[in-house]
Parts: sequence; C-alpha cells; structure tokens
Amino acid sequence: MTSSNSETAALALERMRTVARTRWRLAGALTIAMVAVYFGFLSLVAWSPSTLGKTLTPGLSLGVLLGALVIVCAWLLTWVYVRWANAVYDPMVAEQRAALRDAADSSERNRGDRA
Amino acid sequence: MMQPATSIGEPNAVAIAFFAVFITATLGITYWAARRTRTTDDFYTAGRTVTAGQNGLALAGDYMSAASFLGIAGLVATSGFDGLLYSTGWLVGWPVVLFLVAEPLRNLGRYTFADVVAARLNPRPVRIAAAVGTLATITFYLIAQMVGAGGLIRLLLGVPYEIAVIGVGFAMMAYVLFGGMLATTWVQIVKAVLLLGGAAMLALLVLSRFNFSPLQLFAAAAEQYGSGVLAPGKLVQNPLDAISLGIALMFGTAGLPHILMRFYTVPDARAARRSVFFATGLIGLFYLLTFILGFGAMVLVGPDAIRAVDAGGNMAAPLLAELLGGRPFLGFIAAVAFATILAVVAGLALSGAAAISHDIWASVIRRGEPKPGEELRVARIATVCLALIAMGLGIVFKGQNVAFMVGLAFAIAASGNFPALLLAVFWPRTSTAGAASSMVVGTITTVGLITLSPAIQMDLLQHESAFFPLRNPALVSVPLSFAVGILVSLLRPDRDGAARFAALERRTLLGVEAPVEPLPGP
Repeated sequence: MTSSNSETAALALERMRTVARTRWRLAGALTIAMVAVYFGFLSLVAWSPSTLGKTLTPGLSLGVLLGALVIVCAWLLTWVYVRWANAVYDPMVAEQRAALRDAADSSERNRGDRA
Repeated sequence: MMQPATSIGEPNAVAIAFFAVFITATLGITYWAARRTRTTDDFYTAGRTVTAGQNGLALAGDYMSAASFLGIAGLVATSGFDGLLYSTGWLVGWPVVLFLVAEPLRNLGRYTFADVVAARLNPRPVRIAAAVGTLATITFYLIAQMVGAGGLIRLLLGVPYEIAVIGVGFAMMAYVLFGGMLATTWVQIVKAVLLLGGAAMLALLVLSRFNFSPLQLFAAAAEQYGSGVLAPGKLVQNPLDAISLGIALMFGTAGLPHILMRFYTVPDARAARRSVFFATGLIGLFYLLTFILGFGAMVLVGPDAIRAVDAGGNMAAPLLAELLGGRPFLGFIAAVAFATILAVVAGLALSGAAAISHDIWASVIRRGEPKPGEELRVARIATVCLALIAMGLGIVFKGQNVAFMVGLAFAIAASGNFPALLLAVFWPRTSTAGAASSMVVGTITTVGLITLSPAIQMDLLQHESAFFPLRNPALVSVPLSFAVGILVSLLRPDRDGAARFAALERRTLLGVEAPVEPLPGP
C-alpha cells in the first residue's frame, strides 16, 4: 500500500516536471522573442538611424511605428503566455497537486492503521 | 518664439486644493489600514489578500515614476523621437518579469527577493549581499525621486525646495510606518488611476486639436521642427551606449526590490501572473500616451517655451495642461505629479525597511528566530531612519543633476540582483559563494563604473574626459555578474547542493500550499 502511494507521488512529481519543462521552454522562447524585438529595434536606433527616419505616410516615420509596435509586441507576448498558463499549466498543476495530496493522505491513514 | 503666459511657479489654489484632498484621502486610507496591520505578514504583504487586478494597478503605480510622466513628455517635447526610447525601454522589462520571475518568486519567498535566492543556499552570506544590492538600488532611486519632488513641487506650488522634500518624506513615513503594505498598495492604486486618467484626459485634449488623429499631430511636429524629430537624433551618439541603456532598462525591472516585493501581496502564483499581465497592459498604454503628450507639447507649447520654464524640460506636461485646460487643469496635473512621487517613494521605503528588518535583522542577526514582534518593530524603526536619510540626501543633492541616478538604480538592479535571482531559481549548480559574489561584484562594478563614466566625470565634476566611455555600465556589469556567479559556483560548490535544489524545484512547481517537507537546512 505505502509503496504504491509513494509510486503515485513519484509519478505525479515526474508528470509535474514534464509540464514544468514545457513551461520553462515556452517562457524561455518568449523571453528570447522579446529580447530580439527590443534589441532589434535598438540596433536600428544605434547603427542605422536613417532607416528609422524614413517617412511612411505624412506624420508616420518607421521609427515611431516600430517603437509603438515594440509595445504592442510586449502585450501580445504576455497575452500568449498568460493564456497558455491559464488554459494548460494551471489545470495540470492542480491535478498533480491533488494526486500528491491523495497519496500523502492515504499513506497518513496507513500509518494510523498500523499504529 | 512666443513666451506663453504661464502661472507655473506661483501658488495655484486649485493645485493646493487637489493636494489637500489627496493628502487627506491617503491619510484616511492609512488610518483604515493601520487598524488592519498587526502582524509582520500584514506589514510586508497586506496579509496576501490583494487581488490580481488591484495588484496590477498597484504595480503600475509603484513603477511609473515622475520621470516616466514629466521626464519622457519633456524629453519627447524637446528632442522628439529620442524620448520614445525610454517609453519602450521601460515597458519591455515587464514581459521578462512575467516569464521568468513572478511565479517562482511568489512560490518560493515570503517578504523579499532575497528569500528566493536564500531558499536553497546558506542564508547569511546571501542575505547580506542581497540587502546591500537592495539598499544600493533603493538609495539611488530615492535620491532621484526626492530631488525631483523638491524641484517639481517648488515649481508647481511655489513652496521652498526644502519644505517640499521634508513634506514628501513625512507623508511617505506616515503611509509606511502606520499603514504598511496595505496603505502603500492603496496609495499606489489611487495614484495609478489618477495618473492614467490625467494622462488620458490630457492626450484627448491634445488630439481634439488634430481631428483625433495622432498622425496629424506627428505631421504638424515634423512640419514645424523638421522631419528629424521623428527619427533618432543627438541623444544617441554612441551606439554601444544605447544598447547598454537598453540592457539596464530591460533586465533592471526584474531586479527592482520594491516591484518584486509586490508579488507577495497576492494569494498565489496564478494571481501574481495575472497581476503582471494587467500591469503590462496599463503601463504600455501609459507609455503610448506619452507619444501624444510629448509631441503635443512640442507643437502646441514649443520646445523653447518649455526650456524657458525648466531647462530639463520637465514642465512640458504641466504647461500643456495649462494651455489646454487653464489653471484648474494645471492644478489637477500638478497634484497628479505629486501623487506619482509619493506612491513611488512609499514603495521604495517599504522594500528598504524589509531588507533591513527581514534580511539583516531577523535572518542574519537573529539567525531566523527573531523574538515575537521584534521584526515588525525593527521594520518600523528602519522606516523612520530611511525617511530621515531620504530627506537628508534630498536636501544635500539640491540643484544637482541626478537624472543619471534612475539609470544607476536600474543598472544595479540588473547586475546586482537579477543574475543571482535567475541563477538561484534555474541553475541547479548555483552555490552560496556563487550567488553572493555575483550580487556583490554586480553592485560594486556598477557603482564603480558609473563613478568613472561621463555622467559623473564630465557632467557632474566638469572633467575634460572620462575613464570609462559608457554612460550606463550594464553592457559590462550584467555579463560580468553572470560570469562571476557561474564561475564561483563551479569553483566553490555547496556540499548538498543537488538535494536542496530538488526540494526547491518541488516548491517552485507546487507552491507553498502543496504538501511538502520543509527545505533541508544549511
């Protein structure tokens, strides 16, 4: 009984690790995306200011447009992450946490029975 | 260039009335909060009862300083596109906070970010190093805010500089001392609503003159002052300087102690995540509004008229408000600027007090077992001391150009705090010696390089040249801090590091509510 409980617990923890790895991969990819967008923009500012000075329509230079798009990108990336975490990550964590708690409870009961 | 008739610098009855309402309301909140602040948990985290929406607003209120509102508007109004680099730079740190920091922080810590770094390492060296990084960040940020506050309130209300600094210091002390995190949170929420509302109203008034089209506004700016105002200009002379500043702004946000502390006020990691999402939305919206305010002030008020009132350009938004809405609206915007400063300094003072009482007193001096009530008492004494020090430094630095100090605070946060935090959460082999030396080296290198940089050598000391070419040292100090952390961890590993990381990983995944064994002690 006890050993199967600790197996359940170990399995739940292993499943958690898999979900967590997916989470870190996503978080890492999104961080890299944000870094690429922002430092891409900054590199143009630093090394090619004339590109950003190009006027697209009267009043709108490429620089102002890209600056605003950096902010929009930040919004989109946070939205992607929060959506994924709410829809996928939280239910998985809740499920595995419940499995761990059940395993802990029943091993507690077993100890009580033996005593 | 015509000189606008401005009443800035004279006492403004509407502004004084708004100040009085704001101070009365926030002291009322503090009185209400004081009766709910009994335990250490209440004092540092408002009992972890703040909702995600409230915390999102409070994060925005904690973060958007007077430099964001008055500084960026002034910079855009006087030098065009260059000012927008700050608008974007100050936002892009928030996704990094969301992806890498917010949730592990909430699951691993109690009151300060040092809790997380110390969770699986030997606490004393790590906490001492973290407290040094925290206090250095906070001191420079506070000086910048205090000097800004004194100058602004003198201009906006006509009261002497010293009285303004002392007034801000006492208001900050009252909020934190009596109302703790609960009062601080609500001051920040009120401020965020006022600031976003005020900026939105001002932007709408600007756009009403341009058929509600931002492009017509930008076109008018380009027509009057040349298309150069819509392109990178003089501010970015050295390409590496721009990149270095970008690194400090992007990674500094994830290392600011007063921001990180806010994640402990919500019930769980999910609420922490949602609160960053709200904060990113609100802060991004605000920085988009600064585009309109800045170019609006450039076209309607004019750069020369703005510089005539304040050489730094900080009065662009208030001048714009006066032009579009008369003295009453100027009074309102002045009160908003005042509220902005108060909310930021209150958050700073609270996180400084937590570093002193929780990290140094309770964890290092009392070795994690303070007497009952002692930690709270030390936190309150620390609050009073920090407020007095802030007032003193604010008066000492009167009239100095302290703009570089905000950049310095971000650079210390990015190189002293952020690398150790990231290594402690993600890298199994991080050791006590590695984390502590990363924080110490990051902080000292940053302060040292700033001292040798043009910002101090040339701008402040009037020397011909500087020993270190970059105005912001993050390009050097952030990679150095990571390298030191990794190298020292490999050379001086902790004995049972692997077991401790496994326990930490479990808590990172499941949170504190999960059935977990206590972490093995050092």
